[in-house]
Amino acid sequence: MTVRIKEWPGTALSSKDFETGRVLTVHHKPKAEYRWDAGVAIGRYLRELKEGRLIARRCNACGRILLPPRMFCEECFVPTSEWVFVKDTGTVNTFSICHVRWDMVRLKDPQLPAVINVDGASPGMGILHLLGEVRPEDVRVGMRVQAVWKSPEEREGAITDIKYWKPI
Amino acid sequence: MGKVAVVGAGMTKFVRRAQETGRELAWQAARMALDSAGMTLKDVDAVVIGSAPDAFDGVHMKGEYLADGSGGWRKPTMRNFVGGATGVFAPIQGWYHIASGQFDTVLVVCEEKMSSCHPHPQGAFLTIFDHTTERPLGPNLLWIFAIEMNRYMTVHGITKEEIALVAVKNKRNAMDHPCAQLGEELTVEDVLNSEIMAWPVNRLDVSPASDGAAAVVMCAEHVAKRVTDKPVWVEGVGWHLDTAYWTNRDLYYPRYVEYAARMAYDMAGIKEPRKEINIVEPYDPFDYKELHHLEGLLLCERGEAPRLTADGVTQRDGDLPVCPSGGLLGVGNPIAAAGLMKVCEIFWQLRGEAGKRQVPGTPKRGLAQAWGDLMQVGAVIILGR
Amino acid sequence: MPERVAIVGVGYSDVRSTTPGLSYKEMMYEAAVRAYADAGVNPRKDVDSFICVSEDFWEGTSIFDEYVPDQLGGALRPVHTVTGDGIHALACAAMLIRTGRARIVVVEGHSKHSDIRTPHHIHNFAFDPIYHRPLGAHPYHLAGLEMNRFLHVSGNTREQCALVVRKNLTNALLNPRAVYGAEVSLEDVLGAPPAFTPLGELDIARPADGGFVMVVAAESVVDDLAGEPVWITGYGWCTGASAVDSRQWGEAVYARLAAEQAYRMAGITNPFQDLDFAEIDDSFSYKELEHLEALRLCRPGEAGTLLEEGVTLPSGEFPVNVSGGSLGVGHLLEATGLHRVYEVVLQLRGQAGPIQLAEVERGLAQSWRNLPTTTGCVIILERS
Repeated sequence: MTVRIKEWPGTALSSKDFETGRVLTVHHKPKAEYRWDAGVAIGRYLRELKEGRLIARRCNACGRILLPPRMFCEECFVPTSEWVFVKDTGTVNTFSICHVRWDMVRLKDPQLPAVINVDGASPGMGILHLLGEVRPEDVRVGMRVQAVWKSPEEREGAITDIKYWKPI
Repeated sequence: MGKVAVVGAGMTKFVRRAQETGRELAWQAARMALDSAGMTLKDVDAVVIGSAPDAFDGVHMKGEYLADGSGGWRKPTMRNFVGGATGVFAPIQGWYHIASGQFDTVLVVCEEKMSSCHPHPQGAFLTIFDHTTERPLGPNLLWIFAIEMNRYMTVHGITKEEIALVAVKNKRNAMDHPCAQLGEELTVEDVLNSEIMAWPVNRLDVSPASDGAAAVVMCAEHVAKRVTDKPVWVEGVGWHLDTAYWTNRDLYYPRYVEYAARMAYDMAGIKEPRKEINIVEPYDPFDYKELHHLEGLLLCERGEAPRLTADGVTQRDGDLPVCPSGGLLGVGNPIAAAGLMKVCEIFWQLRGEAGKRQVPGTPKRGLAQAWGDLMQVGAVIILGR
Repeated sequence: MPERVAIVGVGYSDVRSTTPGLSYKEMMYEAAVRAYADAGVNPRKDVDSFICVSEDFWEGTSIFDEYVPDQLGGALRPVHTVTGDGIHALACAAMLIRTGRARIVVVEGHSKHSDIRTPHHIHNFAFDPIYHRPLGAHPYHLAGLEMNRFLHVSGNTREQCALVVRKNLTNALLNPRAVYGAEVSLEDVLGAPPAFTPLGELDIARPADGGFVMVVAAESVVDDLAGEPVWITGYGWCTGASAVDSRQWGEAVYARLAAEQAYRMAGITNPFQDLDFAEIDDSFSYKELEHLEALRLCRPGEAGTLLEEGVTLPSGEFPVNVSGGSLGVGHLLEATGLHRVYEVVLQLRGQAGPIQLAEVERGLAQSWRNLPTTTGCVIILERS
């Protein structure tokens, strides 16, 4: 079938087509606003972040300490059992050195997103966060890091109450 | 369970910006698929639509918007959604519409018009992250791919050179695809020297944003035998979705792909996938993903896919051709349409209709796979002559 | 003969106007736990497949299907999303079972409408971006247009639409799941501030939060499960027209065609005789009348008379929306159809408490995907 088709549909446009007005467009900026209820588990997580602490939930069925915390264990499908504070230190599981913003504009200083396995949570229980106070070329998998918190007055109960994680 | 065949396929060119609207693209692919099967909309009992996030096209409830372009006017029309895996899941949904005995003929249409999203299609991905625990950090899509690629490289000691070979192969394969957006002859050095985006990801490691549509016609055995002497049968389907807590998983290995593959192999009665599958179209939005997925599909040992690639096994004339179409890296990546393009490619290859892309020999069985969400979902379909 | 399929477990998370204490995940978990207890299944071991319904922009998350597996016990299992009504998903569950590749399938839908700050803007975002959305009108203008044409073509009256509101809000007073039950008079409805004339403010269903989970099973395993089965004997779904230009303004074609498919499957030739009651879409008051006619529960133009004669009251010959419908219970986005099915299941099991109907064997649930769509689904449920 494909061999027989000479003309495939679909018309490619170039920037010039838009600049010269050969092709017309309609612009619309959606007004989409939400206020998500954090719920029981993440609600407490945020309150503890405001206090400068990380909290997890333990599932007594599988014994895992779950971070971010949840009220149910997705593995065992039972309610989780108790709150457990974990440390604000951890190990870099994997990372990237990101030179572009989402719209592909280049950043002067690259961002350093990483998955950080947090001490006190079960092995492999990582969270997404950023690294700081480190040169990009010095970041390594397995690097030990510690959370750098905003001052108590600045903290608002958000994941950004941790500014970033720095090497220790 | 009734047997289900693919009897027609069609697609538009994949381009950075299409003049056509999403509905028009869907219509063009749908019409081509019907034409190729010698059918009209009157022969179609139901329509299945696949399209990835509504944010691309900029239309809430996009399935409703795309319905008439997809042939879903006054018909049972269903849109499925499993993120990036939608393009391979759509024919799986078509399969269960028919295998259940509910319908005889189903038109499956996948569309994506990413260029509608301004200022950049990546904007649609900003809101895929958890709204409370991740989004405030300002993550973009490249982060998670780079993070996963790094983990994969670290665990197995794989180099960027080895991974770049995939981009070189797929972009070269795409030169033979009439719908391709980015077919070109490149070297490993070109890939390594392309602009660094999010280490370890360079620009040429990544598939482009695209507009496009693809479609297939599927039908029950008795219809298939009437309309074609070359039906391509659905032999196996599988899909699995892993936990949303992606930072709690080891990203070096896509276990959800393995589970999806095992589900499909079980249905197809495949015991030794490496021997029993002749062509593969794994999902390759980034070059390392092809390797990752070959391993998840149990087509080689973990960490071994780079060697397979370096040895030429995955070339079009190799022992196990991988992405003979040119893949997402070469043909383009209008998300859901790109997944279905892979199914179209297997269909054309198995019928010996792939033209310059035709793999040597007479392949009997091919597999298409797509991936999606937060490093989370695998969808697998196995087609055979 | 394809295998028979039944709903063997149902669960819900309380329907409320807001749910500030729970995240959508916690709501889903609550509904799921109840459904699994009802069915006597362990999702981690017994369930072959999971299907969810959601739309990204109602959730405020792109690729929302990412976030569904965990709270259903579906992590690392076959899970997929349908961007449709819950009844679409029940049809998919039944089809999956009938392929023979799955025996137990779970369906989930929820509404966390209270998380959305700009619902009408998002609703408007569903309109055609090129030639409809730029007009900038409130999305409900389409309902005003449709109502006007429907009343004109069918001969039903504005007053009869108000009667729908009175009936459903009154019914809702007895339903523990209903948020908006109220004693209203015809004068209250007709005298309410005009919204999208002829539509008044009280003619429009108000949103609510809530979640529903259902366990669907093949006949071959039903006897091994704890839940009392309610059989799915027919289903159908249909999309009419994507665009306003090809829309049929005076008739719900999608509901007629979806019903034809469902009736054919269930062997129903005279729906009014063959069915005992129905839970049908009343997102706007006139929709209940329009849908009654499209479902062939009465002849064209007679829905209003049926209502006036009390036929569709809980005490009538053919009760419609005993639950209070969307007007009384609240509109639950994609979960709306599942809520209606839930009410039908309780009635057929004899578990509907204060709103229980006497001697019901076979019921119908129908949904419409609200504006601007012309998509709807129908499902037929039976006790034996």
